[in-house]
Amino acid sequence: MNQPKTLFDKVWDAHVVDKIEEGPDVLYIDKHLIHEVTSPQAFDGLEKRRIPLFRPKQTVATADHNVPTVDQHLPIREELSRKQVDTLTENCGKHGVALYGLGHPYQGIVHVIGPELGITQPGLTMVCGDSHTSTHGAFGSIAFGIGTSQVEQVMATQCLLQYKPKSMRISVEGELKAGVTAKDLVLYIISKISASGGTGYFVEYAGSAIRNLSMEARMTVCNMSIEMGARGGMIAPDQTTFDYVKEREFAPKGKDFEEAVSAWEKLPTDEGVVFDKEYTFDAADIEPMITYGTNPGMGIGVSQSIPRSAEIEEKNRISFQKSLDYMQLEEGKPLQGKKIGYVFVGSCTNSRIEDLRAFASFVKGRQKAPGVNVWIVPGSKQVEKQAVEEGLDRILHSSGFELREPGCSACLAMNEDKIPPGEYCVSTSNRNFEGRQGPGSRTFLASPLTAAAAAINGYISDVRDFID
Amino acid sequence: MEKFTRVQSKPAVLPIENIDTDQIIPARFLKATTREGFGENLFRDWRFSASGQPDPDFTLNQPGQACRTVLVAGRNFGCGSSREHAAWALYDYGFRVVVSSFFADIFKGNALNNGLLPVTVSEDFLAVLLENPDKEVVVDLEEQYVELAGTGQREYFEINAYKKTCMLNGYDDIDYILSIKKKIIAFEEKRKKIFV
Repeated sequence: MNQPKTLFDKVWDAHVVDKIEEGPDVLYIDKHLIHEVTSPQAFDGLEKRRIPLFRPKQTVATADHNVPTVDQHLPIREELSRKQVDTLTENCGKHGVALYGLGHPYQGIVHVIGPELGITQPGLTMVCGDSHTSTHGAFGSIAFGIGTSQVEQVMATQCLLQYKPKSMRISVEGELKAGVTAKDLVLYIISKISASGGTGYFVEYAGSAIRNLSMEARMTVCNMSIEMGARGGMIAPDQTTFDYVKEREFAPKGKDFEEAVSAWEKLPTDEGVVFDKEYTFDAADIEPMITYGTNPGMGIGVSQSIPRSAEIEEKNRISFQKSLDYMQLEEGKPLQGKKIGYVFVGSCTNSRIEDLRAFASFVKGRQKAPGVNVWIVPGSKQVEKQAVEEGLDRILHSSGFELREPGCSACLAMNEDKIPPGEYCVSTSNRNFEGRQGPGSRTFLASPLTAAAAAINGYISDVRDFID
Repeated sequence: MEKFTRVQSKPAVLPIENIDTDQIIPARFLKATTREGFGENLFRDWRFSASGQPDPDFTLNQPGQACRTVLVAGRNFGCGSSREHAAWALYDYGFRVVVSSFFADIFKGNALNNGLLPVTVSEDFLAVLLENPDKEVVVDLEEQYVELAGTGQREYFEINAYKKTCMLNGYDDIDYILSIKKKIIAFEEKRKKIFV
């Protein structure tokens, strides 16, 4: 019998073009997603080397990081942003790359549009010059973020030199409690294994709690893999995956789809595989999570208090204190009841239709807290369209909220959507780093439901107090 | 890419853990379409106040810090965003080596692709380096060691043989992969047969 293999091994091994002795593997890349911020220097590199883009049909572009989230029909006001977006348009035209730019019905955050267009499929290798490329692993593909030199490598050769990472399996068993979402699940995992606990590993998420998640929720989990340092995270494809992929724009159709499914069904990890590292968590232990510090590993259950310095490992105390100083928070104090000025619902972590539904379901029949600024940014034009079709925009409107236009927005504040200095923001995004949402901004990472509760109350709240 | 063999310099030290790439180069400075000039905004929000004044307390702004080519920083350096601009900013500012006890994966790869050497040392040796910002540090890639000059305190570091050759010779990965293009095309043909 053949050696049992992991899901990761099966996909990896099928993509090895060549092995360099005492060096990395040459890994074939099926799909390359590009955006305006990390591609211009790569296109430039190709031109300097006088070589063409090798496989333009396996490359897809969108404009997301820099784009405004209001009045997208008007020219971008900020000159440098406009130039970057224009450069992308020009480069895609010159090299024959499909571009879903501003104004296109498929435009959106790169990690939202890939799956919704059926570009993301099980068993593929996918890369993008963006660390949250790990999102696509939810389909059982190997997907990871790369730097611009590697973007250029893939453009030039459709391959990457990669070392095979170590394997880690994180199993979450049991049922998530009411009010607890995929975002809470992944923030919980990161709080347990730390912001660097996954470095050097590629993660497979498994267990009944993971299998019971929708595709959108699985994407949220895989998206945050990089926040524990892992290059990527994957979930074995199953009927939930196949049902999601079926009939999407670029998915195989008819008989091709059936054939693809029978290949995808062989991908899950074989019995008897030994992972380099294993963690198992109980879903029942997870409560709605919120971060208090300046890395995503600094998370607590919303009913808990910020740890005391004495509880932190001695070597980490300086960084811990630095975080609390930045956040202007005190050790040992609860976060519940903390007043906030901003709420951001969006990003490649939580801007899909289910996230908007969750937010809308909570705020329906309630009113936004006075004085709180709330930015709700759908992940793509298609998500925006669906939200309107489902009437979510009207629910939001009657509760005092507006739906903006798609983009990365206040997740990294490259466009105008910046949280002002000193302000607190409950954010459904992925990073609470110093200044991430704008210079001096202070971020609390949480789920769309916890964000909704904060938007209604004006302070950090336990969403479980409001649900039956 | 520039060749790298050996560097000797007093280090700039940042005894902070989890320095993420948003601190190294904030997103709002990623709007350039070329690789040059990012050094100007390296550690922008730590080096400068909101009004643009240099913060005299920040290490890199202190006297005698200019021209230091080795940066020594706390564990999990370079976590977060994949932006290669972080490696470009460090290089453009003048750093050639970053020493830490642990690097985030993507940053490490980006650094190696740009002639910036990431050197992983033990927690203990990192502590020694952090405590001695005024002693010169030698980083030798050929022999794979870091040494606190004049003290005999030395630690060997690991680097993959392929990457070491690239750094020593200034080669990049693209040159290599382009040289095996025939194999890539053959691989594509073979896969087509499997999937049809």
